Amino acid sequence: MYNYQEFDRAFVRERVEQYRDQVQRRLDGALTEDEFKPLRLMNGVYLQLHAYMLRIAIPYGTLSSRQMRQLAYIADKWDKGYGHFTTRQNIQFNWPRLVDTPDILDALADVDMHAIQTSGNTIRNVTTDQFAGAALDEVADPRPYAELIRQWSTDHPEFQFLPRKFKIAITGAVEDRAVIRAHDIGLQLVEHEGRIAFKVFVGGGLGRTPIIGQELVDRLPAEDLLPYLEAVLSVYNLAGRRDNKYKARIKITVSAMGIDAFRARVDEAFQRLRAAFNGQDLAVLGDIQKNFAPPHYVEKSQESYFDALDGDIGFREWVERNVSPHKLPSYASVTISLKGHGDTPGDATSDQMRAIADLAESFAHDELRISHEQNIVLPHVAQADLPIIYRTLKSIGLATANIGLISDIIACPGMDYCALATARSIPIAQDIALRYARREAEIGHMQIKISGCINACGHHHVGHVGILGLDKAGVENYQITLGGSAGNDAAIGEKMGRGFNVDELMPALDRLIDAYLALRLHEGETFAETVKRLGIVPFQEALYVVDQAA
Amino acid sequence: MARIKAPVVITANDLLTGEVVYLDPAHRWSPELSAAKVFNALDEAEGELAVAFSEAVVVGAYLAEVSNDAAVTPRHYRESFRHKGPSNYFHGKQAVQDTEVAA
Ligand code: HEM
Ligand code: SF4
Repeated sequence: MYNYQEFDRAFVRERVEQYRDQVQRRLDGALTEDEFKPLRLMNGVYLQLHAYMLRIAIPYGTLSSRQMRQLAYIADKWDKGYGHFTTRQNIQFNWPRLVDTPDILDALADVDMHAIQTSGNTIRNVTTDQFAGAALDEVADPRPYAELIRQWSTDHPEFQFLPRKFKIAITGAVEDRAVIRAHDIGLQLVEHEGRIAFKVFVGGGLGRTPIIGQELVDRLPAEDLLPYLEAVLSVYNLAGRRDNKYKARIKITVSAMGIDAFRARVDEAFQRLRAAFNGQDLAVLGDIQKNFAPPHYVEKSQESYFDALDGDIGFREWVERNVSPHKLPSYASVTISLKGHGDTPGDATSDQMRAIADLAESFAHDELRISHEQNIVLPHVAQADLPIIYRTLKSIGLATANIGLISDIIACPGMDYCALATARSIPIAQDIALRYARREAEIGHMQIKISGCINACGHHHVGHVGILGLDKAGVENYQITLGGSAGNDAAIGEKMGRGFNVDELMPALDRLIDAYLALRLHEGETFAETVKRLGIVPFQEALYVVDQAA
Repeated sequence: MARIKAPVVITANDLLTGEVVYLDPAHRWSPELSAAKVFNALDEAEGELAVAFSEAVVVGAYLAEVSNDAAVTPRHYRESFRHKGPSNYFHGKQAVQDTEVAA
């Protein structure tokens, strides 16, 4: 894992002290809210519906057990004993008091964490595959590059006031688990003639104008990464619209200019900028890579693992759902579901955080990941230790075997917390999980994603079923999209028709799922595949059959 | 939202805690909606809002529509949630009111 250097430490402490002073001046009345708001946002402090919210960066979703314990400590000391893991692989605390936020940031700095660039028109936390460095289908670990990007972009003088926020996602795997084409820049590590290169996508994004990123370059030599990113950002910085925030993201710049013209301008900038990098970045990358050396794997007898598979159905189901193949045959990656049926997606109590930290320390080389699906991952686990991990998780209510199933929902905070929301999303996720808990194995792989407004923080556009909460004349109303995908075949879902009120929504989903079960060719044909094969019409009919009857 | 209609209250978030607060008739900020001053004339409310908005102790003051029959109740669900707390946990005002009753 990346270890902070003295430089990082000093920088983060200095920022906390500046912020402490800013809070004090706000409380004294020396700063108005208009002056203070951008300053607190730069430190991850938002004002939501009921309280302030602190958003903490978890760079590329990687945490140590010590950091996880510190998050638990913060949850107990300054919040309400829990935290919310988000689809940006960050954590949010929903109830801090403004006066306590400097102390919280200090407590974070104690474990080399911070909340910088979790807000504002900057380059945000780089997100990646939750199985990075462990996955069987990986070309190379993307995290050293993510860290290189983090170092380059943090406090980058030219890119603190971009036209709009800027999100980069990177994967090193064949299967895209980081939704790279829904990001301003998506990077995929590929191997080309024995060397690492990047496939670069640009102009993806969700929000009110959802667009799937287009390919900008097919094989960028890895050593050109930073100059090339700098070129993309500098073209965007000049050409991006600053007059209208709804048209300010790079996706609009690229669409307006056309991908070819955009590429030409990037290439021109790249030729100019490349010389300035003169290899320093590569020296830095070399140092970073040392920090991402694989853990010291241990070979253990797998006998107890095979016994447990034979003897314990619960364990077997959990392995089937929540355990993924590791590049080492005797190892695995475990996904701990934060989607217990009826629970709030992504929430973990401080006790759960501590228990998970203990597991990571004892059995997972002290490493944890946050997935963009809002679950927690132990990336490196010997198969021999899976039975004890399962039993421990079960004893603390965290062994729900539902990864990739209908109850493994991404949901944004919605109107239970978010000041921008037009409707709630959490209770909808809770209702769906409870309603289909018994049938979910039968229904199979299905991704439902829910947002509480058009900003699409819950990724609804790329859900197999997307649900968008709106305000229809003072009543919460939910619009359904189908045909979206977050994987390699990333696609934006299509709107089905009029939205549903709360009391109509579950019956509508029942009809949709019944239609799928009736229409699928066999049990192995997933919901997404059936929709792809048949198109949306039969599902639309199922959703709106009541309208036709009326 | 369409143009706002009276009756309204003035609401904001407390600067220190972020808690939802309402302007009361004595021009203090109260956590209780029941204590809020109800304005039946919009221009009067807007006049006070301008003052409230510049106050140092709260953040983001605005007008919220209420009905004022037996009790003051928010007209829009967003304001109901702000007044009650989140639906996934017993947190926020609903919990505070409960402890007060229990105490
Ligand atoms: C106070 C809470 C939040 C605020 C104010 C907020 C605000 C926004 C806004 C304004 C956008 C639209 C940006 C655009 O289209 O230019 C957006 C997009 C997005 N946000 Fe949030 N958000 C919040 C919470 C979250 C949470 C909790 C998550 C993660 C679960 C999240 C992840 C995202 C994602 C993934 C997108 C869409 C991707 C994109 O940027 O194109 N946000 N958010
Ligand atoms: S999608 Fe809307 S409601 Fe949900 S977190 Fe984002 S801004 Fe808030």
